[in-house]
Amino acid sequence: MSHPAKASEFLEDSAKSKWHDETLWFVRDKRDTISKTIPEWEQLRELASRIKDNVLANLDNYLIEFEKNAKANNIHVHWAKDAEEHNNIVLSILQQHRCKAIVKSKSILTEECHLNPFLEENGVEVVDTDLGERIVQFLNQPPSHIVLPAIHLKKRDISEIFHEKLQTEKGNEDPTYLTHAARVHLREKFLGAKVAITGVNFGVAETGEFVVCTNEGNADMGVHLADVHIACMGIEKIIPRRKDLGVFLRLLARSATGQPITNYNSHFRSPSPGKEIHIVLVDNGRTEQLGREKFKNSLKCIRCGACMNTCPIYRRSGGYSYGSVVPGPIGSILSPGLDLKKHSSLPFASTLCGSCTDVCPVKINIHEQLYEWRQEITKDQGTNAKSISMKIANGIFAVPFAYKVSGAMMRGALKILPDSITYSGLNTWGKQRDLPETPKETFKDWYKKNRS
Amino acid sequence: MSKIENIGLFIPCYVDQFYPKVAIATMELLEKLGCKVTYPIAQTCCGQPMANAGYERDTVGTTKHFLETFKNFDYIVAPSGSCVLHVKEHVPAVSEMEMAQKAIQDKTFELTEFLTDVLKVENLKGSFPHKVGFHASCHGHRGLRLGSCSERNEPFFSKGKQLLEQLEGLEWVELTRKDECCGFGGTFAVTEEALSVQMGKDRLEDHLVHGVEVLTGGDMSCIMHLEGIARRNKQPLQFKHIAEILNEAIT
Repeated sequence: MSHPAKASEFLEDSAKSKWHDETLWFVRDKRDTISKTIPEWEQLRELASRIKDNVLANLDNYLIEFEKNAKANNIHVHWAKDAEEHNNIVLSILQQHRCKAIVKSKSILTEECHLNPFLEENGVEVVDTDLGERIVQFLNQPPSHIVLPAIHLKKRDISEIFHEKLQTEKGNEDPTYLTHAARVHLREKFLGAKVAITGVNFGVAETGEFVVCTNEGNADMGVHLADVHIACMGIEKIIPRRKDLGVFLRLLARSATGQPITNYNSHFRSPSPGKEIHIVLVDNGRTEQLGREKFKNSLKCIRCGACMNTCPIYRRSGGYSYGSVVPGPIGSILSPGLDLKKHSSLPFASTLCGSCTDVCPVKINIHEQLYEWRQEITKDQGTNAKSISMKIANGIFAVPFAYKVSGAMMRGALKILPDSITYSGLNTWGKQRDLPETPKETFKDWYKKNRS
Repeated sequence: MSKIENIGLFIPCYVDQFYPKVAIATMELLEKLGCKVTYPIAQTCCGQPMANAGYERDTVGTTKHFLETFKNFDYIVAPSGSCVLHVKEHVPAVSEMEMAQKAIQDKTFELTEFLTDVLKVENLKGSFPHKVGFHASCHGHRGLRLGSCSERNEPFFSKGKQLLEQLEGLEWVELTRKDECCGFGGTFAVTEEALSVQMGKDRLEDHLVHGVEVLTGGDMSCIMHLEGIARRNKQPLQFKHIAEILNEAIT
């Protein structure tokens, strides 16, 4: 299904879509408020953007530096060119340790690689330990938002899910009660897992360490109890120096949720005695995106989700309307690079209002890239009815006489056609909107009479 | 306040066809402010609808025609942020006209910025005793930066407000969501009809709960969309382009 079809479906439950819009607007509003308490906010964004420019221009060298330093710290470094290699690497580590149950903190990369179903097919129980992710995992759903995975669900939904899965009292919607039940449930899983998987927010080339940010402390809980830590990291997550973290950590949580900082920003540098740390560095289309001059800036993304919270389309159509692992504006410029045909409606799921670009903490020109993807998609689609009409339109607008004739016809048609036709299903504009009244004369006619 | 002799009036094609009153108001307003304005009769469309639909490459002819039509003016002024943004930033480069194209882009202005930044209009004499809600259209607002944007940490400014507040009796109404998109978005209005209409309804609601009598803005396309929804739902709002308010008020 295309984005418009799924968006219409989402809007059918108008109370819920209004709630979804208002909930995410509340997060955007918090972000606005806190960002305005930092006088140098715009300079911070500019600095972050330039550091990322530097990273993208020197990615090969930074990755080699990172690998060398990580290895010196006794970290095992693996390279995966795509999702399949990534999944096989993770599985082989689990098999070496005869591990049948793992805990995993939030990692959009593992969603992108579809790691959970792959591991489950191979007999490994996967427990997502981020509360929101655990909730959607109970439903066999992917996250609908990269920071707030279960934002499409209400307390009542969660109460029902927990009643079924965790035997909580029927109808008890008290958040403290439900969170406590989740805590008891997850604690048991933490204690039983020999291997913990995490994502990576920042990999520091200069030191070979990496940083994982969570609000719930679930990454730390998993890692500290397990013998083996596997960190899955997209190759664009590199930053040059540890001191650059001061820029990115200030931006990340403020942009994401309006908090001054994420509750846990954990640095992993080398394994404790008797334990192992593995890093899987994943390409999966990133090198190809880096080679696309107009789109390479999309790789600056630090996955804060601010563009989703501000997007008037995302707020009113929900994460699932995009049909891509990363939804919202950033997803709409990343996904076409992975599968142009499948995601061809996404760059059009925007009014090009530009709000995404203005909230982006690393200043990705998201709305301009949406425009550029449109150009690529229509080229890819070749000749069709729409492309022919555009060629005709260009012919009309390049020739004043043709424009005059077609304009007169358009206005004439509006005047003589009965409402039943003008407002029929054929006329999408008129379904829920009146058309403008047709004036007696065009401005051109008026000007000729009155001014020339 | 300076006066300008040689202004080319650039009227969006749909304004020419559906809202001649807005074009007339723009022309009369500029004339009242002492400018000499010419409407080059050969103008057509700037090509934006095609480019935003993904067919920028098919707009070279349209763009070349635009450049030919407007190249001899000192300033080009249009009552539309969206079309001005397009000719300044999105049109394809026309080969062998690169220099001229750059020059023409540099002298093209949206109406309110032309009034505040070029003519430096400061003391409009007139009154408009109504509660006015301003719709900051995205292309003018975040594209041309005609006002401070709620996402950014920057001091407040609004070229629209700067002009409207010069009118006696006009009450500027603060909205809850100061600069959210109305959902027009060109072809988006049709390809994503359900979303487009919902966004429009939400914008209208913001104006209505704050007691707005007249909804205005710098782009007739957004206003056409909002007015279309309001009329269908019999909502008690008037709609005027900012050029109409200014022109009426200073008569």
